Amino acid sequence: MAKQLWKGNEAVAEAAVRAGLQAYFGYPITPQTETLEYLSKRMPELGRAFVQAESELGAINMVYGAACTGARVMTSSSSPGISLMMEGLSYIAGTEVPMVLVDVVRGGPGLGNIAPSQGDYNQIVHGGGHGDYFPIVLAPASVQESVDMMALAFDLAEKYRSICAVLTDGSIGQMMEPAELPPMMPVRTTYPDWCATGAMGRERNILSSIQLDPPMEEVVNFRLARRNQEIQAKEVRFKEYYLDDAEFAVIGFGSAGRVAMTAVRAARAEGIKVGLLRPITLSPFPVKELEELSKRLKGMLVVEMNSGQMLEDVLLATRFRVPVEFYGRMGGMMPLPDEVLAEIHELVKGPAQLDVHPRDRWLKRMEAMV
Amino acid sequence: MAIPQIDMEMVYERPEALTDTATHYCPGCTHGIAHRLVAEVIDEMGVRERTIGVASVGCAVFAYNYFDFDWVQAPHGRAPAMATGIKRVLPDRVVLTYQGDGDMASIGMGEIVHAAARGENITVIFINNANYGMTGGQMAPTTLPGMKTTTSPNGRDVEQMGYPVRAAELLSTLDGASYIVRRSLHDPKNIRLAKKAIRTAFETQVRGLGFSMVELLSTCPTNWGMTPPEAMKWLEEKMIPYFPLKDFKVHPVLAEIKV
Amino acid sequence: MPVKGTIVVDEHLCKGCELCVGACPQNVIALAMDRLTPKGYHPAFLIAEGCTGCAVCALVCPEAAITVYREGARVKAAV
Repeated sequence: MAKQLWKGNEAVAEAAVRAGLQAYFGYPITPQTETLEYLSKRMPELGRAFVQAESELGAINMVYGAACTGARVMTSSSSPGISLMMEGLSYIAGTEVPMVLVDVVRGGPGLGNIAPSQGDYNQIVHGGGHGDYFPIVLAPASVQESVDMMALAFDLAEKYRSICAVLTDGSIGQMMEPAELPPMMPVRTTYPDWCATGAMGRERNILSSIQLDPPMEEVVNFRLARRNQEIQAKEVRFKEYYLDDAEFAVIGFGSAGRVAMTAVRAARAEGIKVGLLRPITLSPFPVKELEELSKRLKGMLVVEMNSGQMLEDVLLATRFRVPVEFYGRMGGMMPLPDEVLAEIHELVKGPAQLDVHPRDRWLKRMEAMV
Repeated sequence: MAIPQIDMEMVYERPEALTDTATHYCPGCTHGIAHRLVAEVIDEMGVRERTIGVASVGCAVFAYNYFDFDWVQAPHGRAPAMATGIKRVLPDRVVLTYQGDGDMASIGMGEIVHAAARGENITVIFINNANYGMTGGQMAPTTLPGMKTTTSPNGRDVEQMGYPVRAAELLSTLDGASYIVRRSLHDPKNIRLAKKAIRTAFETQVRGLGFSMVELLSTCPTNWGMTPPEAMKWLEEKMIPYFPLKDFKVHPVLAEIKV
Repeated sequence: MPVKGTIVVDEHLCKGCELCVGACPQNVIALAMDRLTPKGYHPAFLIAEGCTGCAVCALVCPEAAITVYREGARVKAAV
């Protein structure tokens, strides 16, 4: 298939269709509405289910219903809409049915704005709905990566009967880039035994997340926790650049990682031995890789479009073996390569204090600017 | 239990679509009657194996223990949305929701109105017993003016707490709704009429005619503080005047069929 | 000659709610005050001759606990 110019939100939609999406339920919210609009035309074309729901609350529950039948189903939204879906996501996780969620993050909290952000990291990666559950989270940094991650998202969701979230942001959703879409895959014809499809010739299936008996509920919780362990052991994905001989590393995901890449290249051109680790899976988090890096690097810089959410996971994984600095832009502001390059220079100058939280040092540095 | 040797013909027995499980409902609770009627209709229509129920949150949260077909569990109020998701991917199945006052008419008001507006081809059984049973008898959108509940201890004061909602009337204003009726479960005659309505509602679905809802005036002896027979009387005397038993919306094709 | 009928009440299901007692047109159902079901209710039972197998008791029973029999019935009761 040749490369074509695709808008991020539409590429995600078409990629899902090609991965055998059977049902889409969504609601308009900027900056992801193009996904809804694209599928409102494409799904009926193919005789597949599409409903613009009354709200994100309606949408996630329609997804829940369809997921209980074993159908490949997804929804997409953006930060405030995702918050509305949290109840449904917890239920879906508790019932252990698979689904794909696309969160095109925007500035917040609250109504915020429609500019790109990474402020939903904690909400998505650490489970924003109630209870102990562990979604799988993928973080693309380009339209092509978004496309590639859709089929992967459905496969992972079904393999582990889990929620698989694709965490992007307004810029990836809105940008137009050349991308190659995979060929059309057929819609599934066989379904797992647990699906609620009508008890034809079998015992009835009941799909529920209620478990009034605490010992039995604990069994469920252990199952989810052990499943997460398995996912942690088998499904970590990341991209690394210039790390073989690096003395410093920048850690960033999605657009922040992409911007950092430009800064890292510029720094290399100046002779600084710096590399980039860009997690593809935020959950499972590349803990082992960061542990290894923390043993041999002189410093790390975490770049995010939030106030330091993945930062905490990096600190946990590196256990203060190595100085970690933080640079963040929030509220829809995009970090620029020059800013990140300046931060790399600061990191390299060293030595950083290990006793002050990197967020506090960053806030101090930002006093001059904001 | 040993069935005694009986030489007569059996004219009525427990519907097959019900499991053997004894219910947790209070003695005399009309949930049991509603469950039985739904099961009888499903047996008579021969659709048990392609029925999928969507359980809601309320006393009937465990409805799936009592019916022998596939069920899914919806969050509070969201059953019509879950049912939409199921019916859209499996249009040839019979999809029903079973909801109470709080579930359908309070927290779930958005979902039910839009499922009806979209004309989703599902069947909703709405149990109206004028209070929130499961959580201990709080005021519901269907609680009558002056009626005492645990959150209207001095009686529902319409100045502060507003007026009850007549869900059947409300939904019947939507073009997408095809069969919206209110019946009652308080005496044999009305139970027979309720069963006919439930049958008509399921016929609406299998004939692809759109959204159907049967509102069933029901009792809650425990939270009303009455015996089951007293509760039936109270329903007849107090609820029916406020919630009239009528057909609010009937698709023309349905008017022709006899059940 | 009135039609003869009889009922069998499943005592694992009956909760002694008395709806059948009040509904029976022949007034031949009552609660057995001398015994309890496994759940601790007084079950309903036929107290006298006169059951016609009309099935109104089964119609009002919330537990679907009643099986109804009738002599010479060719069709199931229109419950």
